[in-house]
Amino acid sequence: MKLIFERSVPGRRCYILPKCDVPFEDIPDDMKRQKALRLPELSEVDISRHYTTLNKQVFGVNCGFYPLGSCTMKYNPAVHEEIVGFPGFQAIHPLQPDHTVQGCLKAIELLKVRLCELLGMDSMTFQPAAGAHGEFTGILLIKAYLRDHGGEARDKIIVPDSAHGTNPATANMCGYKVVNIPSAPDGSVDLDALRAAVGPDTAGLMLTNPNTLGMFDKNILEITNIVHEAGGLCYYDGANMNAIMGTVRPGDMGFDVIHLNLHKTFSTPHGGGGPGSGAVGVKEILVDYLPGKDTVKENGEFVLKEPPKSIGSVRSFNGNFLVYLRALAYVLSLGGKGLHEASQNAVLNANYLRVLLKPHCRTSNEGICMHEFVLTIEDLHKKYGVSASDIAKGMLDCGVHPPTMYFPLIVDEALMFEPTETETKEVLDESAEAIIGLLKQAATDPEALHKAPVTTPVGRPDEVTAARSPIIRYMDFDA
Amino acid sequence: MNIKSNLKYSKTHEWVEELDNNCALMGLDDYSQDQLGELVYITLPEVGDAVTVGESYADVESVKAVSDVFSCVTGTVAEINEELVDSPEKVNEDPYGAWLVKVEEISAYGELMDADEYKEYLSTL
Repeated sequence: MKLIFERSVPGRRCYILPKCDVPFEDIPDDMKRQKALRLPELSEVDISRHYTTLNKQVFGVNCGFYPLGSCTMKYNPAVHEEIVGFPGFQAIHPLQPDHTVQGCLKAIELLKVRLCELLGMDSMTFQPAAGAHGEFTGILLIKAYLRDHGGEARDKIIVPDSAHGTNPATANMCGYKVVNIPSAPDGSVDLDALRAAVGPDTAGLMLTNPNTLGMFDKNILEITNIVHEAGGLCYYDGANMNAIMGTVRPGDMGFDVIHLNLHKTFSTPHGGGGPGSGAVGVKEILVDYLPGKDTVKENGEFVLKEPPKSIGSVRSFNGNFLVYLRALAYVLSLGGKGLHEASQNAVLNANYLRVLLKPHCRTSNEGICMHEFVLTIEDLHKKYGVSASDIAKGMLDCGVHPPTMYFPLIVDEALMFEPTETETKEVLDESAEAIIGLLKQAATDPEALHKAPVTTPVGRPDEVTAARSPIIRYMDFDA
Repeated sequence: MNIKSNLKYSKTHEWVEELDNNCALMGLDDYSQDQLGELVYITLPEVGDAVTVGESYADVESVKAVSDVFSCVTGTVAEINEELVDSPEKVNEDPYGAWLVKVEEISAYGELMDADEYKEYLSTL
């Protein structure tokens, strides 16, 4: 299809402005831009058709099953959209005096209190705009705390090799050296390796629990204990929080700071580059360092106040307010019991799908999983030359979004499934049947799988050329 | 799997070729390039950087993932194969010709295998 720029016709518009009824003041010449803005010029119907066509070519959680592991692609209830559409939430400005936005401040406070209760934390910031941004904020908090408590020489962050790639990247961005420790075969932390790694140079540990193999670390209390005894702090990557809501709290496991991906666990819009929300929760010792402004009650009114030792702002104003407002709608509509049930059903759905697929393909671990599990296509790859990527591409032809591929790195030919609680038994049954069909096809007709997908608007993009010589902007913009 | 008899190999699938004057060339072997798939990007160290046995000195990116490259020796980087920065595919095409770095002032070699030992090691994987 044509790009929107290729549909542009000079002078075409989709508005008719009324005549100016105030005195016209022109902008001084030296402040005017010298070149016209390179924006496409189209009629409203052209724009509408362009985006409707694009919309038909993408696949989202509203189109079908989307078991992308570690991404928690759950459905976003429509009621969230209705609530964020309230004029009191929409027609405001972040520089408005606090007393004119009391309802909004109360909403922020309410979400803070509810999430702290769920996490076992003492306060939160909603400034970070995404998960990795939350990680970055959390590690800066640890750094500021250590600086004030004689820990400035602590320059190492420990990260297990099963971690999300963003963990070592975050530690590095915050100026720390990354110490990678190997996992035990089930993906849990190797306690001996951890004991050997900690010392007077340990600033902290970054851990994802349940881990990327979907296993809850049975030694979690001992892990945080080892790090605390060495003088470091513990960071909880909350990306997999969807497995444990209302069952166990990261604060009680001994963690000092956590980020939540509100766009995952708390059902705010997800994918397509945002906007997301990577809220960060902290224990008492870190509260004074939080970024941005906190909601505080003074004389019966909410006011925004900068914490005394704040690390500064990590984003403008109060972060993506309308995004985390959806998380509040989610928390209030489900309630404590409902959130707990959501997690229980997420774990049940993952185990149901795992048991359906297990007779046909090896899993990375034996036994019950949490919210996600990992299949390894290694045997099919060795025997028939069918890779994890081939199976994933085949799923596109079955109307199912592929799972996460080649992650975690500790599993060969990995396919990582996370069905989430929002899928019904019927969807899981139908999808399992389709996937089993593909696993069988690997033996009978591997060539067909190498060619998949054949029914999608785009077949197999040349990933190697795309990575080696990407064309990253519309060519005419060079002119 | 192509294994060259004049090279030594590490368990993490790097090769090293001992040269005169306490120097050596290091690269990724045929097994590595096959497992990684087509490489799209390589980050090399700088000349003068110290490398240490078992520690990462470069990383390679394929369509699947980014992976560390571990050093077989302890020493100082004398030369880097700059050609690979623009043409990482050379590692896939000719893994033993496409050396990554030349190291000098070598003070230690890691635990390495000769071609026969390495062949046997691969058969256990």
